[in-house]
Amino acid sequence: MTTSRTATARTATARTEKPEGGSPRDASPRTAGPRGGGPRRRTRTPAASIGLHAGLLIGTVCALFPPLWLLVTSFKPKSESFTTALVKDFTLGNYRHVVADTHFLSWFGNSLIVVAGTTVIGVFIAATTGYALSRFRFPGMRPLMWILLITQMFPMAVLIVPLYNTLANLGLLNQPAGLIITYLTVAVPFCAWMMKGFFDTIPVDIDESGRVDGLNPFGTFWRLILPLAKPGIAVTGFYSFVTAWAEVAYATAFMTGEENQTLAGGLQNFVNRYGTDWGSMTAAAVIVAVPAGLVFGFAQRHLVSGLTAGATKA
Amino acid sequence: MKRIIALSARHWYAWAMVAPVILVIGLIIGYPLTRGVYLSLTDADEANVERHIGVNDIPATYDFIGLENYRTILSDSVFWDRLGWTAVWTAACVGVTFALGLTLANMLNRRVKGRTFYRVAMIVPWGIPAFVSVFAWKMLFNEKNGLLNKVLEGGGIDAVPWLGDPTWAKLSVVAVNVWLGVPFMIVAMLGALQAIPGELYEAAEMDGAGPWQRFRNITLPGVRAVSSTVVLLSTIWTFNMFPVIYLLTKGGPGDSTEILVTYAFRLSFVNSPRDFATSAAWGVLILLLLSLFTVVYRRALRRQGEAW
Repeated sequence: MTTSRTATARTATARTEKPEGGSPRDASPRTAGPRGGGPRRRTRTPAASIGLHAGLLIGTVCALFPPLWLLVTSFKPKSESFTTALVKDFTLGNYRHVVADTHFLSWFGNSLIVVAGTTVIGVFIAATTGYALSRFRFPGMRPLMWILLITQMFPMAVLIVPLYNTLANLGLLNQPAGLIITYLTVAVPFCAWMMKGFFDTIPVDIDESGRVDGLNPFGTFWRLILPLAKPGIAVTGFYSFVTAWAEVAYATAFMTGEENQTLAGGLQNFVNRYGTDWGSMTAAAVIVAVPAGLVFGFAQRHLVSGLTAGATKA
Repeated sequence: MKRIIALSARHWYAWAMVAPVILVIGLIIGYPLTRGVYLSLTDADEANVERHIGVNDIPATYDFIGLENYRTILSDSVFWDRLGWTAVWTAACVGVTFALGLTLANMLNRRVKGRTFYRVAMIVPWGIPAFVSVFAWKMLFNEKNGLLNKVLEGGGIDAVPWLGDPTWAKLSVVAVNVWLGVPFMIVAMLGALQAIPGELYEAAEMDGAGPWQRFRNITLPGVRAVSSTVVLLSTIWTFNMFPVIYLLTKGGPGDSTEILVTYAFRLSFVNSPRDFATSAAWGVLILLLLSLFTVVYRRALRRQGEAW
């Protein structure tokens, strides 16, 4: 049964790849061109080349400028936050102020706990769910797929008030655990969906060989399949990380009191009715963005393969 | 009973593996959702819900009023105005993001010097937490001192009220959301493009197909499977995109950039008195709209032979 499922997925891919008119060709799925290949174009006119680079450069500048400007501003003294010049009087004062005089470090710590919890638990249960969805046909599978899809469209506006009450009853307000559970519901459906697509690309033969060697399904999953799915784990881990690191609405509503907040909620303290403390804001934003950037840099190698594996077979 | 035992004997591995997810979803989504739907059928607001003031517990006194909230909302122009703008916002964001993402991915998929650099640079916005980027943009958009207006001033152009004028504010929020969304699109599309066998292009070239024909007949069908999923996902995400609008304009000026989700949030957390029931009803309506969209979208895909 499992084999037929994979086979259907394969033919679906093959079908979409087939050119219109269906010329008879070897329909070998997923044989992407050589790595870094793409369409082999031997000739390109100079004009086309310039156009290509111009387009890419514009894209790059648009993508990089806002964060870079944030970085530049964070090194300016507070009074010069809005000057157009690059740094005139280089200062680390904003950083010193943020770290020493605000609750920034506790926000950072809270965020770390929440993020670690969400990522570890989230990736693990997303992986088991994705595996079950990919390999077994069981009663309740289709409804579960639907639930995973539909939970992603739940506006937090419906959930936030009742959820607040629920967490209050469980005594989980102002506790990292409360936020971790909440974020799991945000991250896990998408991750499970992606992991399923990822496991679909791993041949079922591997499972079968595991079974022949006397491993039970959990053993097969844990010892054989999971190590093969590392790129998928990187992608889902990254997604959970970003979700937990950057979520604003729940974090603002559930964590009250300055020292309980996470970064996303805490940073809003720099904006108040008297205006915005741009100096501290930019410095804090840079410190917040660095870990995210590091994790991203680590995971991005796997992003392409992981995401599309999930997306194609979704 | 026997059937159940037999079933669980066969499927308990699978069920055990999905159990944690079911548990989490049931506890944190199922229950609050049920309660949210119930709240939407009452007249609950700040004044009559259960409260704890000091040691005193004030019990809830709100009443069940049936579909009254829905009738009020649907007969009021506010909802339809917000719905109209939300539809425009979603269509604009997803459309532009998709077009840009596909174009840039196409460029990146070619042999070009500095490909790795371009690729990494262009997905940077994805690696930065959204609220940080939104603050960066807010700084650039600042009407009096923001960099964008300073640059325009240098060119002798009058300052643009980026976030102060309804039309400009709409354009600005869409621009920021597109900026945030393009990297994801590039990555997804790049993956799809790389899965298209290069021989197809060679064969087509040999048969004399021009660049446009190759794009239409090879590239587009090749990225269809990925794009249908990605477009569905980003439509849902954009429809519910809370942080961009909330942090950039707070829905303003007036309520011109308020989409359904931020308006529902405003009803229960910003406005006074906080109107939980109406807010919940808005939430339920949003959910219904999205479910409807998904079903229609899925059906359209299935009719075209997409299997799921």
